[in-house]
Amino acid sequence: MRANCWTGRNSVEVLDVPDPRILNSRDAIVKVTSTAICGSDLHLYDGYVPTMRKGDILGHEFMGEVVETGSGVPNLSVGDRVVVPFPIACGACNACERGLTSVCENSNPNAGIAEKFMGHSPCGIFGYSHMLGGYAGGQAEYVRVPFADIGPLKITSDIPDEKVLFLSDILPTGYMGAEMCDISPGDVVAVWGAGPVGQFAIAGARLLGAERVIAIDRFPERLDMAASKAGATDVVNYAETPVLEALQELTGGRGPDACIDAVGLEGHAASALYAYDRVKQAARLETERPTALREAILACRSGGVVSVIGVYGGLMDKFPIGAFMNRSLILRTGQAHVHRYMEPLLARIEQGDLDPSFVITHRMALDEAPQGYEMFKNKQDECIKVVLTP
Amino acid sequence: MDRRTSDGRTRRGATGLALFSLGLGSAQVGAPGAVAQLVGADDSPTSRLVTRWACGVRELAAGLGVGSSSAPGPWLWARVAGDVVDLALLGTVAARHPARRTRTLAAAAAVLGVAAADVATARRATGGGLRSDELSVQAAITVNRPVGEVFDYWHDLTNLPRFMAHLEDVTLLGSDRSRWTAKAPAGVEVTWEAEITAHTAEELIAWRSVEGSAVATTGRVRFQPAPGDRGTEVHVAIEYRPPAGRLGSTVAKMFGESPDQQIHDDLRRFKQVLETGEVVLSDGSPEGTTASRQLRQRPAQPLSPSS
Repeated sequence: MRANCWTGRNSVEVLDVPDPRILNSRDAIVKVTSTAICGSDLHLYDGYVPTMRKGDILGHEFMGEVVETGSGVPNLSVGDRVVVPFPIACGACNACERGLTSVCENSNPNAGIAEKFMGHSPCGIFGYSHMLGGYAGGQAEYVRVPFADIGPLKITSDIPDEKVLFLSDILPTGYMGAEMCDISPGDVVAVWGAGPVGQFAIAGARLLGAERVIAIDRFPERLDMAASKAGATDVVNYAETPVLEALQELTGGRGPDACIDAVGLEGHAASALYAYDRVKQAARLETERPTALREAILACRSGGVVSVIGVYGGLMDKFPIGAFMNRSLILRTGQAHVHRYMEPLLARIEQGDLDPSFVITHRMALDEAPQGYEMFKNKQDECIKVVLTP
Repeated sequence: MDRRTSDGRTRRGATGLALFSLGLGSAQVGAPGAVAQLVGADDSPTSRLVTRWACGVRELAAGLGVGSSSAPGPWLWARVAGDVVDLALLGTVAARHPARRTRTLAAAAAVLGVAAADVATARRATGGGLRSDELSVQAAITVNRPVGEVFDYWHDLTNLPRFMAHLEDVTLLGSDRSRWTAKAPAGVEVTWEAEITAHTAEELIAWRSVEGSAVATTGRVRFQPAPGDRGTEVHVAIEYRPPAGRLGSTVAKMFGESPDQQIHDDLRRFKQVLETGEVVLSDGSPEGTTASRQLRQRPAQPLSPSS
């Protein structure tokens, strides 16, 4: 089959590789009909995530048709149309029982590696380094899906792929970012990063009743999308306006009640501290450029929530612990526990409350994945979200 | 989960020295003039050059090497060589600037102190190793199943090879005796007989190899209900004393470079089997219990049909 493989820093290639097979009884094989490039794939592409190997198949946002099932998958049949959640989760451990599927205790066979970096291991993830399992990803014609008896969401209507594909990751991720804000009436929520996850965090905050949602980015097309499609009430272009001042002004000096970091480890800013992070990250002395997180902590009103859904990999410098501690802030974070959001969000989509396909700007064939990565990385042609079709 | 091994002291020592190297190296690279003055030299272009490149970069390299290597021995000996270089440089400084000899001597005393720690840690890291040392590992995990079920699964010793990487087979011989077969590198098999020495239902199983076995080993596993319906805590402690000679070295190799990691991974698979029904496989390590795969992963691609 054809599959998009990581072949080194800033390099992916679509190669011929063997077809996947059932390895565990609870596996299914899915023929991929749509797959997307995630912002977090760019962290792999840029070489910021350790334990990648040349030839690793990428991709953790995908859906398709079941073509084979193991003996332990009574819920699926050949021909079923499914969206697959990006966290691989067993459904039986303590974490899964509490709904925390992205920290499943059993799905990462290489948990020992992850523990060295993080103390304990999160779940295994499709196409996301060996530290997180060494699983082949879904930017391919076929993919093996472990724990298919509890993961994949069956789509029984004829709703198009583009409306449900993002249930695999970015829609639940953005929505969880908003949910962690414990939004109550009158709340103002600020969202750093108006990429696809940021767009869904904005949309989620509106669905959950935020009075106002402020989008922060530097690309006009992304801010336009946030205002016209996702429901942002205000936008701040940080390349033109100092963010902290703008947020003070927009909130009458209170600061936002909740701040969502939808940027993660490759932030940008026009400051000396940014230059410092850039140098340290290039020298691999720091893994993050946490500009958004630092700013969110300073901006948030005292006692408010800072919700982190942007991906971080390791260690950050200059965490503003003084502001964080003295002002009673609450930090909530996590990779999305996708499983628990899929059904309710599918219902929202089917009811017409939300059409996630608005983030798609580019549709390409799987074979064009290398161009897709380059375009998405450099935001060429106002690229926001790339969907690939095998 | 927790784990402890007999070589923990070496590792802690190496980590301390690695952090020391990184700290000192950063100062030497970042502020070479200040460091030069501190040891009694002039803040001159030459002293800065020497401090930054001959000392600072070397310290950083040694720090990274000692800190990140699973076998830090050679890096630690490189540190010892670096200490000799430092002492020689301080000797030159003392000869040139007798007026500031107090500072230089204080620096030399500090280097000697560090050198002593380097030599001791390096000797521990490269000497003896697993061959002569008794190997002792402990680990714990919580399994989200009732204590009875968890105990029963372990109590049937024939289940052990399903999740313990180095075990090929356990055969019950009756009256609490069993024969254990382990696979070592290069297709070598090691067999020993073990007997159950203690057994309390739903609490404890202990065993040891019988007198005269190729491998002297004892082990015990303790089960206790985890608080608040969280399942069962499993605490394992195993000791191995490999015999001398070639067989001993083969047995030592069987446990690889990090026996603590291995027992830890064994327990993780034990948990997978009880909670999910089987050992969880991925494309990077499709063989499951081959522990060495964790470090030498194949690409995350499906296996070819022929393999």
